[in-house]
Amino acid sequence: MASGITLIVLMAVALAAPLVEAMYGIGPHEQFQYKLSSLGGIPLGYLGGISGEHWFGLEPGLGRDIFIRLVYGMRTSLFIALAAAVITTVIGVVAGTVAGYVGGKVDAVISWIIDFALAMPFLIVALAVVPTIALRFYGPREEIPGWFRVTVLIGVFAVFGWTGTARLVRGQVLSLREREFVEAARASGARLGHIVRHELLPNLWAPILVTFSLAVPSYVTGEAALSFLGIGMVEPTPDFGAMIFRSLSYLETDPAYMVFPGVTIFVLVLAYNLFGDRLRDALDPKSKR
Amino acid sequence: MFRYLVKRLLSAALTLIAVSVVSFLMFFALPRDPVTGMCPKNCNAERLERVRQELGLNDPKHEQYLGYLKGIFTGRDLGSSQGGRCDAPCLGYSYVNSEAVTDTFGRVLPVTLSVVIPAAVLWLLLGVGLGVVSALRRGTMLDGLSIGFSLTGASMQLYFVGAVLQIVFIYNLKILPVPHYTPLLENPVDWALGLVLAWWALAFLFSAIYARLSRAQMLETLSEDFIRTARAQGQPKSKVYGRHALRAAITPIVTIAGLDVGGALGGTVITETTFGIQGLGRTAVDAVRAGDLPTIMATVLISAAFIVVANIVVDLLYASIDPRVRLR
Repeated sequence: MASGITLIVLMAVALAAPLVEAMYGIGPHEQFQYKLSSLGGIPLGYLGGISGEHWFGLEPGLGRDIFIRLVYGMRTSLFIALAAAVITTVIGVVAGTVAGYVGGKVDAVISWIIDFALAMPFLIVALAVVPTIALRFYGPREEIPGWFRVTVLIGVFAVFGWTGTARLVRGQVLSLREREFVEAARASGARLGHIVRHELLPNLWAPILVTFSLAVPSYVTGEAALSFLGIGMVEPTPDFGAMIFRSLSYLETDPAYMVFPGVTIFVLVLAYNLFGDRLRDALDPKSKR
Repeated sequence: MFRYLVKRLLSAALTLIAVSVVSFLMFFALPRDPVTGMCPKNCNAERLERVRQELGLNDPKHEQYLGYLKGIFTGRDLGSSQGGRCDAPCLGYSYVNSEAVTDTFGRVLPVTLSVVIPAAVLWLLLGVGLGVVSALRRGTMLDGLSIGFSLTGASMQLYFVGAVLQIVFIYNLKILPVPHYTPLLENPVDWALGLVLAWWALAFLFSAIYARLSRAQMLETLSEDFIRTARAQGQPKSKVYGRHALRAAITPIVTIAGLDVGGALGGTVITETTFGIQGLGRTAVDAVRAGDLPTIMATVLISAAFIVVANIVVDLLYASIDPRVRLR
């Protein structure tokens, strides 16, 4: 319950980022250099310069407001995570249903592709692939637009993320296929599309919904991890991972800079995980509390 | 058993070859010009052309790939500017580091091993221990605490935990040095002091997952008939829980542990970045930044190899722990 409310609040804040900016009165790229110490550029005041004006303080170095950057960072992060979760769920359900229902050679091929994708170390491969793709479309010295980075990230998650859902759906379809009601539908001459839509999917939506809700936080952290390593979103786009990476250089002088993005992403992911767990408990009659 | 092993090894080899083909295509065929990133900024057209020649980038793609494969199994001769003869597991030559890729790996692999292996021991002991205890004491406060711990840990991020640990132990309490790597044989105390935060950060996050998993497994096992039978026979609790229940509950955990350790050995990228330790993962990040293709490709291959080998080890372990499993 609490997790649901937290989620709704966070998503509303992310969705209404420009509105929040208008009410808060500070933009994500505004700099307040005069509020930093002249030596080392550390925010003046306590806890990284927290004040009524700057709720979470200022970034050391550039002097941008941390609160509004987190709001925008959450927007990017949630957009990428939700888009990736939708795409991977769709691919996973289609591939899993086809493999489970058609069986035979098709199943063998899809299963091998799943095993193969699982053998690829995600972070290392993503690390290697993302810059290569960027080089394919843009020269080494050219500016790469933000939307392109977002697309590449979603694409990478889509390529790697569908396997889990596909495995799950395949297993479910394999056992559903043998059930009487599916057999009855087949015997009365129902087409494949009808069987999938009216016999199989209605029995699958619960596990699919649960994997979807647990996939979102894993993409949130995945996106932050890639940005942390410098291959996701980059400056000046506000982003959790990129912020935390920058904050590592200020651990000694301005620890508060690391704490705010760190805690925000923790709360976001925790809320999603709790929500997903609850959803599973509610939808799965076998799971015991 | 023997037949099974051969079959598994063959399929593993197939997977690795597929990984190598895919990564080869990705890195050497996909970019407009793979060498642009490979030499320093003051590169002129002539030098670029020479690099291209030496890497054989003007040859047809399949010949390039076969040359690469040949290098791995039998070694091959690279051009004089690439250090000449490159011995058996030859993964190419890095222009950025000015050394053979195998030499770089020989240096950084012990670092990653030193990070991962002690951390894995910690997280397995901590996670499985916590999970088992909280299953045996189900519904108590201890159980509640352990559930809270695993929920928190499962949503935490390594860079966050790592940064907090560094702030507390290095900058506030000042009881630990800044993370670094000293070879174990050179100075064991310094080795441990330099890496202990990384171990605990990894152990904290992973043990949360293992605590949750082993608690669920243990609870399921405890409700099985054979446990009731053993208890009814009057066997001591320690034997029933320690031998019968734990052994049955731990099998699925072995699977996941094997894959996690295999994955971690392939590069604890985030850990190494957070703590500034130069292991396999950090080397991969640096190679990507510098556009050092031979090193990137070798990292992908090696980390995939770790995962594939871990898979085989897990299957074998599984068979030895669980007598119901017969390998065919």
